[in-house]
Amino acid sequence: MKKEFIYPGILGILLVALPAFAGNYALSVATLILYFAYTGQAWNVMMGFAGQLSLGHALYVGVGGYAAGAIFYHWGIGPWAGLWVAMALCVALGLLIGFLAFRFGISGVYFALLTIAFAEFTRIGFDHLDWIGGPGGMFLKVAQRDTWDLANFRGPPLMYYYTILFLTISALLLCFFLLKSKAGYYWQAIRENEEAAQALGINTFRWKMLAVALSSAMTSISGVFYAFYYNNLFPEQVFSMNRSIELILGPVIGGVGTLFGPILGAVVLTALSDGLTELLAALGWEIPGIKQVFYGVVLLLVIMFLPNGIWPAISRRLRL
Amino acid sequence: MILEARDISKSFRGLKAVANASFEIPEGGINALIGPNGAGKTTIFNMVAGVFAPDAGKIIFQGKEIQGLRPDQICAAGIGRTFQIVKPFAGLSVLENVMVGAFLREKHSSAAKDLSLQILRKLKLDSKAGQPASSLTLPDRKRLEVARALATRPKLLLLDEVMAGLRPTETDQMVEVFRDLNRSDGTTILLIEHVMRAVMALAQHIGVLHHGEVIARGTPQEIVRHPAVLECYLGEETEV
Repeated sequence: MKKEFIYPGILGILLVALPAFAGNYALSVATLILYFAYTGQAWNVMMGFAGQLSLGHALYVGVGGYAAGAIFYHWGIGPWAGLWVAMALCVALGLLIGFLAFRFGISGVYFALLTIAFAEFTRIGFDHLDWIGGPGGMFLKVAQRDTWDLANFRGPPLMYYYTILFLTISALLLCFFLLKSKAGYYWQAIRENEEAAQALGINTFRWKMLAVALSSAMTSISGVFYAFYYNNLFPEQVFSMNRSIELILGPVIGGVGTLFGPILGAVVLTALSDGLTELLAALGWEIPGIKQVFYGVVLLLVIMFLPNGIWPAISRRLRL
Repeated sequence: MILEARDISKSFRGLKAVANASFEIPEGGINALIGPNGAGKTTIFNMVAGVFAPDAGKIIFQGKEIQGLRPDQICAAGIGRTFQIVKPFAGLSVLENVMVGAFLREKHSSAAKDLSLQILRKLKLDSKAGQPASSLTLPDRKRLEVARALATRPKLLLLDEVMAGLRPTETDQMVEVFRDLNRSDGTTILLIEHVMRAVMALAQHIGVLHHGEVIARGTPQEIVRHPAVLECYLGEETEV
């Protein structure tokens, strides 16, 4: 029981202290890792816990980012208010997809296709919305980079780092407690065998909807973070299929349905792929697309040798 | 009467699986529904368990009509079921499997865990509580099905061919488990069963289905001598 907390605790302290001895580049890589860890955790609630495969999670990142971004862009209202609009929109979209799928018995691969379809037509729709810039993108004003403007969420990289660190830790704790509660048991039962779950008195429709709602709400927060961290949004980028795949690679490689899988997966993918790119650049080789090749190779190796992901193998080794 | 079926019928594309079947299950007893293959046993079971609704007729559980409710509503009303082809939550441990059922009546993990451990002890699965459900043997998986259903605290337990695929000694052990459950907790049991050895040893009341109709009802002794039952199981008597 105690062992469960020792390693994450040490890791957490290291991460809080990281900015003290890391340069700007390391900090931006760490921010990116945590962004993928958090978003992967959000996706994991739906797929890892409740067994509902979403291949269109970029939808919630995009809609969440655009919603809070547009509110700030047009009216100058900071993300603390925009966040709620973003969340409400994403939950509504998630529930709509969930309702269509679960009410009419669309499951498995067909459910995944439905999530892709929603992400794709939202991308095309946003391309035609002039209010948020259309295909030309939306650019948020980059203001002071050296003072902390918490109200408008504008500030130095350090502010973003601590924000995403806080989000990642919160999501981890939330998932930890969910897994130990009735919701976690019910979701896993639905994942393992829906018919048997229903026979044990579980309203599978309602619990699946709940998983989708929670997952889309959590993902909308990554969207808001993304918008205010990068300050630019293009429909072709944020809603693209590649983005959806990139988001789920972390948990898939780390271990679907595990608590630490999404975090570990994000570390492996981001740190190693950026490291590889840096290393090659230092050697004088600029190879476009090396990142994608690296993702492919890692995915291949994990599927071949660790089909449950890296984390289950490590936790067995550490006897957690 | 804890459960009553009144003239229930179900057809599948013109094939009448169950035709105007009626039966009553008295509270506290062990009852069995038997019949040759294709007699409509599983169809009746599925209608009671809420897998599908009858085309006509009423199913009354503790004075309330339950036909057409969803399986989870049926379970919440107090009817637990097992699956003929066992459906364990393979990725979860034995204890966690049972806890899923226990959460129906218990809000907190600790209470659900206590109840589950108690049930696992009763079914002699407590030594395997921490194992993954996928590691169990078939007799243990069948016990797990029963444990999970019991964790929802049913008033009526529906057992769908729970003896199928068990060896005679394992069948006898299962019979003992159900006798014990019925005696200690007063749980009413309805068996849908093929294995005569188990039915004769367990049931106090037996209904016989043939071509979707209830052709005979009575105690085991009455059933084995009933001419209509002999006919459908052994064929018509012919003068030589």
